[in-house]
Amino acid sequence: MTDNTAQTDNGPVLAADGRPLKASLRKALRAQKIRAMMLIAPLLLFIVVTFIAPIADMLFRSVENQIVGNTLPETTATLESWDFANGEPPDEAVFEALYYDMFLAAEARRHTRVGSRLNYEETGMSSLFRGTGRSLDDLGDDYFDVFEGVDPIWEEAGFWYDFMGAGDGDAEAGGLIDAQRDRLSALLDEPVAGDVGFVPDAEIAAILPRTADAYAAFAAYTALVDEDVVAEEEPWEAVFTALATDLRRDGAGEAIAAYSGDGAAELQAAYEARDQLPDISYTEFFIEEDEDWGSLDTWGTIHAYSPSFTPGYFLTAIDMRLTPEGISAQPENLQIYGTLFGRTLFMSMVIMGSCILLGYPIAFLLANLPMRTSNLLLILVLLPFWTSLLVRTSAWKVLLQQQGVINDLLVWIGLVADDNRLQLINNQTGTIIAMTHILLPFMILPLYSVMQTIPPSYMRAAKSLGATDWTAFWRVYFPNSVPGIGAGCILVFILSIGYYITPELVGGETGTFISNRIAYHISDSLNWGLAAALGSILLAVVLVLYWAYDKLVGIDNVKLG
Amino acid sequence: MKLKSVLMLTTGAALAAPMALAESHGGMDMADSMTLVSWGGAYQDSQINAYANPYQEMNPDVEIVWDESSAEAVARLRAMNEAGNVTWDLVDVLASDSMRLCDEGLAMEIDHDEVLAPGDDGSDATDDFGDLIVSDCFIPQIVFSTTFGYRTDVEEWNGNTPDDICDVFDLEAFPGQRSLERRPIGNMEWALLCDGVAMEDIYDTLETEEGVERAFAKLDTIADEVVWWTAGADTPQLLADGEVVFGSTYNGRLFSLIEEQDQPVEMLWDAQVFDIDGWIIPEGLPEDRLNRVLDFVRYATDTQRLADQAAYISYGPARASSAPLVGEHAELGIDMGPHMPTDPENSERVIVFNYEWWADYRDDMDARFQAWLSN
Repeated sequence: MTDNTAQTDNGPVLAADGRPLKASLRKALRAQKIRAMMLIAPLLLFIVVTFIAPIADMLFRSVENQIVGNTLPETTATLESWDFANGEPPDEAVFEALYYDMFLAAEARRHTRVGSRLNYEETGMSSLFRGTGRSLDDLGDDYFDVFEGVDPIWEEAGFWYDFMGAGDGDAEAGGLIDAQRDRLSALLDEPVAGDVGFVPDAEIAAILPRTADAYAAFAAYTALVDEDVVAEEEPWEAVFTALATDLRRDGAGEAIAAYSGDGAAELQAAYEARDQLPDISYTEFFIEEDEDWGSLDTWGTIHAYSPSFTPGYFLTAIDMRLTPEGISAQPENLQIYGTLFGRTLFMSMVIMGSCILLGYPIAFLLANLPMRTSNLLLILVLLPFWTSLLVRTSAWKVLLQQQGVINDLLVWIGLVADDNRLQLINNQTGTIIAMTHILLPFMILPLYSVMQTIPPSYMRAAKSLGATDWTAFWRVYFPNSVPGIGAGCILVFILSIGYYITPELVGGETGTFISNRIAYHISDSLNWGLAAALGSILLAVVLVLYWAYDKLVGIDNVKLG
Repeated sequence: MKLKSVLMLTTGAALAAPMALAESHGGMDMADSMTLVSWGGAYQDSQINAYANPYQEMNPDVEIVWDESSAEAVARLRAMNEAGNVTWDLVDVLASDSMRLCDEGLAMEIDHDEVLAPGDDGSDATDDFGDLIVSDCFIPQIVFSTTFGYRTDVEEWNGNTPDDICDVFDLEAFPGQRSLERRPIGNMEWALLCDGVAMEDIYDTLETEEGVERAFAKLDTIADEVVWWTAGADTPQLLADGEVVFGSTYNGRLFSLIEEQDQPVEMLWDAQVFDIDGWIIPEGLPEDRLNRVLDFVRYATDTQRLADQAAYISYGPARASSAPLVGEHAELGIDMGPHMPTDPENSERVIVFNYEWWADYRDDMDARFQAWLSN
């Protein structure tokens, strides 16, 4: 290369203006790149917003598991130190935390959601949470009756408001309210903001910690979610349960005796009447409601699914499962996903293969017949392509069933006995036949467009050099048509791997694909996490196959038209 | 200070909230259009004829849009709820789906006595609907059943006709293909019943490992002769084509196959599985739309309207007080009483779904069922 700015010594090559050529070139290219980026920016943005972001969000669900921690924050935190291997259900502290978590969740109708979530992992959790949620009020009601008997003032909203908030000092425990606000935001999965209109008093919060906490939860929920005025609402049942717990705490007597703020006399009276309170622990309450609360499996499942992120969905998707003892294989009578993935890949390959076998000759004819005939043939290929997918699939049902057209015909010509008709539908055969037909145009069209560009003179040249028809085709024509086969294969394979309507309608029990299970989990079981995990695996398989294909055939050798 | 600002902030909302639940008649702000979601086909037509048209005659400026999406209602409602844009006002779902929607917080909890009209005989709505109110969000409409139809012209049966559910499992006396739904619900119950389990022990048995094995073993005896269906229209089609000789489906589908299309098919009412269909109101509707829906639903589920619906489709009204009012089919002129699943003749032996049980075991059982199918 000769360049008049080039220097022969080993200094950098300089441009006409004396700057290094490399930098100057980079600058010129950068402007071009920016212009190109700006031109594609609208499309790129569109794709990111409407396509990539929703898919990423959906796939993220396959590991996301915040619902357990958000709904039962105190329980999961207390449960952390519990060990499944000990063989003992957790202690009273966990049940106490569970009571207050469940109470708030039940008020917000979120406890059933976490029940459904855990039911995917351990059968029975759904009704456990639903049933217990209904009876949480009973415990508080029992305590309430006693307090009300001692002094009817405990029923009054205004008394409670002054009692918990005013105190006699000005030290305020505002942190309690902030904590409750954050907790509500997590529980409801949307930011909760605003003024609660109540601040707990620090002194009373020190004497009655559980009560202050429960009342703060009540106040935050009343003001921020129900949008009512705290001072006018009678506290909910959990507050009375909390008060009973605090009164029975060791050392409560001295602290209460020393207290002199608002409601001191009433509190002292309630303290003296503490022996009348029903004597029931949180543990007893829960186990009485449902004995499953005493079961190790229940707590093991909650413990195993406490973290915000879980490999659980992915494990289920590969026929494993996350149990309290660790990761293990799914029992054999529950293993389906491996079979389905294998079947989906195998059948997609078979469909792709039969599309090549059927499509190649047609594409060859299309490309080599005179224009008029080939146009007619092309219309015949395209007509079914333009017909609704459901109509074509239903037509196959009519054709393939045992009392259907094809079987009738075979019986009529005597190939098949009347009482031994062929089973052509509701099995793999049905899926393969119907899907091959539906996907055939995706094979024919790219093949046709590639074959049209192969000059007929190549074949003539080969033959004039002494090749037979077969040799000329195999050694000259076929290699030229390989890019079309590649394109057709990719299209057909990737389309069929995600197909679901046709297998659902004609696949019976042995001809369904993994996508049918994904659809089931999206629309029936609402287990979107598992659906997302199955979808992610399917996407990964396609990407790996695409990569392998690129290595073997080379993606540059693919012509899509 | 704080109290005052809260008062100002919340007064508006505090006033608005209870009003939404108050008596829905009167001069309230009501939207003038609503989107109802149903199943399409003959069932939706019966709803249009029995409630929607009369309602629109009373309220000529109300526009009703129908969406035939009930089959995927659960997933669609969840997607709408997550997007924060619920476009449906009233959704027709199966009782089991209503439980799921209620658990997920996607359907509104209602006070049945307050929202629904009392029965014509003066009973409270809760008494009138009775046990059919399976969840706090569910407003029952009709009782239907999943039951079997059989062809009457099968030569191999030598003139015998099945009269017992267990004939479905008897391949010797009643050879031929059968169609069953491709999900465990219903099939497991029938299998156990025919394996000698007493009706009241079915769900207890299914809870045990051996019980499930027993049910699958029973189903195994006919599995080679079963066509599994997924859409309600499949079995009528298969029966009409002679592809199967026995088939389970919804009784209304069989009614139209037998009475309207005049096919050589009969009903086998024994051990029919009762199921309920009804409305749910999506959670989070704006006030004016909620008022309109409450007004409509109160009208559409009163005693007379539910009885009227039976003139268009052979499903039983969910109110006890509607039963005496059921009359003749609007077009065919046949007396509908004997075609109701709730008719005493037909309901000598019925399986009543245990919704709570299935809500717990559905996912687990379905996974097993699919695994069983693919082996």
